[in-house]
Amino acid sequence: MTKYWINGNESVDISDAEDINVVHLTVDDKNIAVSGGKTIFAALQRMPGIGEIPGLCYHGAVRPYGACRLCTVEVSEDGGKRYRFVAACLYPVTEGMIVKTNTEKIRKLRKGIIELLLARSPNARVIQELAKEYGVEKPRFSLGDNDCILCGLCVRACQEIIGKSAISLVNRGIYKEVAAPFYAYELEEGCIGCGDCMYVCPTGAITMGANGKPVLPKVKIPFGEIGAMGTKEKRAK
Amino acid sequence: MEQQVKQKVDKRIKSVKQLEQLRQALADGKDENRVTVAVCGGTACLAAGAKDIVAAFEAEIRKRGVHARVEFKETGCQGFCACGPLVVIGPEKIFYQHIKPGDVPEIIDETILKGKIISRLLYVDPATNQKITHESDIPFYKKQTRNIMAANREIDPTKIEQYVAAGGYTALSKALFQMSPDKIINEITRAGLRGRGGGGFPTGRKWQSCWVAEGDVKYVLCNADEGDPGAYQDGSILGGNPHSVIEGMIIAAYAVGAHEGYIYVRNEYPLAVAHSRIAIQQALDYGFLGENILDSGFDFKITINKGGGAFVCGESSALIASLEGKVGEPKSKYTHMAEKGLWDKPSLLNNVKTWANVPLIINKGADWYAKIGTAGSKGTMIFALVGKITNSGLVEVPMGISLREMIYDIGGGIPGGKQFKAVQTGGPSGGCISATLLDTPVDFDELTKLGSMMGSGGMIVMDEDNCMVDVARYFIEFLKGESCGKCAPCREGLTRLSEILDRITRGQGRSEDLETMQDLGEILDAGSLCGLGRSAANPVLSTIRYFKDEYLAHIVDKKCPAGVCRELIEFSIDAEKCTGCGVCARACATKAISGEKKQPHVINQDLCIKCGACFDSCKFEAVKKQ
Repeated sequence: MTKYWINGNESVDISDAEDINVVHLTVDDKNIAVSGGKTIFAALQRMPGIGEIPGLCYHGAVRPYGACRLCTVEVSEDGGKRYRFVAACLYPVTEGMIVKTNTEKIRKLRKGIIELLLARSPNARVIQELAKEYGVEKPRFSLGDNDCILCGLCVRACQEIIGKSAISLVNRGIYKEVAAPFYAYELEEGCIGCGDCMYVCPTGAITMGANGKPVLPKVKIPFGEIGAMGTKEKRAK
Repeated sequence: MEQQVKQKVDKRIKSVKQLEQLRQALADGKDENRVTVAVCGGTACLAAGAKDIVAAFEAEIRKRGVHARVEFKETGCQGFCACGPLVVIGPEKIFYQHIKPGDVPEIIDETILKGKIISRLLYVDPATNQKITHESDIPFYKKQTRNIMAANREIDPTKIEQYVAAGGYTALSKALFQMSPDKIINEITRAGLRGRGGGGFPTGRKWQSCWVAEGDVKYVLCNADEGDPGAYQDGSILGGNPHSVIEGMIIAAYAVGAHEGYIYVRNEYPLAVAHSRIAIQQALDYGFLGENILDSGFDFKITINKGGGAFVCGESSALIASLEGKVGEPKSKYTHMAEKGLWDKPSLLNNVKTWANVPLIINKGADWYAKIGTAGSKGTMIFALVGKITNSGLVEVPMGISLREMIYDIGGGIPGGKQFKAVQTGGPSGGCISATLLDTPVDFDELTKLGSMMGSGGMIVMDEDNCMVDVARYFIEFLKGESCGKCAPCREGLTRLSEILDRITRGQGRSEDLETMQDLGEILDAGSLCGLGRSAANPVLSTIRYFKDEYLAHIVDKKCPAGVCRELIEFSIDAEKCTGCGVCARACATKAISGEKKQPHVINQDLCIKCGACFDSCKFEAVKKQ
C-alpha cells in the first residue's frame, strides 16, 4: 500500500487508483500524484510544499513555448541514475519520474539566465525581482534598455486566444522582435485593440496607446526607416 | 503530346528483369575502345572555369567527329578541388589539372586519340616534385576509401542511364523483392551506420522506431540544408549523384512504410537543387518513383523543398517547422520525431550522406560495411578539407583515420612551409583541436571527447597565422547571426560571448573574461532549447582549453601573437633592412609612410590603419608586424 501526497499536504492511499490517469512522481523528495498528460510546470503549479518554479514565458492560457528557460529542472527517468536538464513547461510528466526543482546546478543556471535577461532589460520589474531572489547584483555585461524579453506571450495570446495574429515575432537571432506586419509603424486593421498582449506581457513592455491600440516595444524597423514599408499615410506621402 | 505520353509509358520499368535488361542494353551499347572523358563539374571547378572546358570539349569533339570513340561527360564534384578545373581520361584514369580551354584540342588529339601523355598538365606531387600520371597514384586519392565519392566521377548526374549502368537501383530491387522491411532495418542496424548529419545517432534504431510507430501516413525526409562555413559535401553528393540519395530514401520508405518524402535542400546550392529535380523526374519516368515501383505494389513520391537560407533549419525540428510552412524555429524534442514529426506524423529524417550510404549497405551487406571503421563508428566519412591546406577538397576516409594522416598524407600539409596550429572540426558548433592531438583517431566518440564533434564533416585547417581568439570570434559571430532567437540562453548568451570576444580582440579584455565566457558556455549547454545553442559555445570553450595562453596574451599583454587582431599589432620598418625603394609608401592608402628615396622609411603610427599593405608589398622583409 503506497501513500502519496496529494497537493503536497494530505497523505492519501491511492494504490487502487490505476484506472484513472494518475502519474506518480517524486518532486524534491516528496511523492506526489498528478493527473497525467500535463507538463511538469503545469502539474506543479500552486502545489503546496514545492517551491515555485520561475517562468516568464509561461501562461496557462496559451500553449507552452520554452523560450525563457527559467523553468529548467533536473529530471531523471531511470530511478535517479542519470539526471538531465529539461524545460518544465514543455516536458510531460511520466510515471516514476524524479524531478528536482531547486538544486545547486539549477540555481546556477537560472542565475546565469537572469543575469543575461537583466543585462537586456535592466528596467523590467519582474526581472529585477528575480535577480534579487537569485542573488544577481550587477550583470557582467553592457546594459541594454529593451523591456521586451521576446517570451512570445503577446504573439501567442493574439494568435491562440484572440485569433487575430495582428503581431508576430519577426527576424531571427539578435534581430528578433515583436512587430506588426511589414514593420508598420502602427497597428492597423488586424488589431482589435483588446489589450490582451499588454495584459500577458510579463515585463510591461507593451502599453496601450491613446488610439486604443497597443504600443509595441521599440522596434528597430530596418526596412521602415528607409521608407520601403510603413503605414498607409507614410506611403501616401 | 500523345507521343510524349507514350514515350513516358514506354520508359517505365515494370520488373526486375526489365531493369537488368536495361542495364545489359546500356552495357552492350558501349564500345570497348571508347575513351571516357570526365570533366569535373563541381562548384569549385565551375568557379575555376569548368563550363568553358566542357563547352570546348563538346565543340572539339563535334569538330573532329569522334563521338563514337569518346564518351564525354560532365560529372559532379570529384573531390580534388585544389586542382580544378580537372579532367580524368580513359579507363586508366589519366589525371590532368588546372586545364584551360586552350588545352582541350591538344588533350583530344594527343591523349584521347593517340594515348600520349601531356606532361605539363599532370599533377606534380609537392613532396617529391614528381609528375604523376594516374589518378590512383596521387597521394590525395591513394589514402582515401572512396565508397561514395567514387561514383561521382563515373556518372553524369543529369543522366539516370549512367547511374543505372553503374549498378544503380540494384539495391532498390533487392530491397523490394528479396528483403522484408524488418530485414532491411536489421541490415542497417547491423551495419552500424550512424547519422552523418552530426549527431551520430544510430540510423538503424531511428528506422526501427519509425517503423514501429503507429500511423497510416509517414514521411521520409532528407536533410540537405548544409550551412556550415567550409563544408560542402552534402551539396556535392546531391549535385553529383542525386540518385544514390533518392535510392536510399526509397528503400527507407519501403522499410518504414512511408509513401511520401521530402528533400529539404538549401536554395544556395543551385546545382544540387537542379540536379535532384532532374533526377526525381527521371526516376519517375523510369518507374523508380511514383506508383507501383518496379511492379512491387509500393508507391513513393519525393518533393523538393528549397530552404530559405537559415542555418538553424538544418536542425531537425526547425527543418520540420520550415517544411510545414511555419517559422523555422526549433521545438523541444521531448516527443520523438519518429512518433510525431512532420504534420505530427511519424517521420524519418536523415542527412544526405546517410542516405547515400544506404544503397551501399543493401548491395554489399552489413558485414562488409561493418568491417570499415572503428568499434563505435562504422563506414567512411566524407570531410571537407579546407583552410590552410595544400590539397583542399572533399576526402572520404574510413572512420578512425588519424587527423595527421588526413592533414599531412591526404591534405599534403600546410602550404608555404608554415606551422600547423589547429583544426576546426564539425563546423561552427564544433571545436578547435590543437597540434598535440593530431594522432587522435577521427570518429564520432573521439571528437566529442576532445570537446569538438563530427558535425557535418567540415575540417578547417589553421596555421600559425591564425589567431585563435579571432577564430572563436568569427564562429560566435556567425552563430549569433544564425541563432533563431527563440530561447534566452542562446540569443542573449551568444550576444554576450560575441561582445566579450570582440572586446578581447580590440585589446580591452578583462581578467575575469575567461571565467565569464566559461560560465556562459555552461548556461548555453544546459539551458538552450536545441542543438545549435547547446553546442554553440564549443568554439570558445575548445580554444580556451587548448590555446589559453593566446587568450592571456590578448587580455594581459594586449598582444596578438599571430598578428591578426588589428588593434593589438603595430607595423614598423626595420631601418637596416629598408632600402628606401618606396613601394610601401605607394601601397599605403593613408599616406602614413614617409621617407627620402633610398633612405629608411618610417611609419606614422597615428595615421596607420594597420591594413598590412606595406607588410605584403615589401620585398625585403623590412616591415615588421608585432
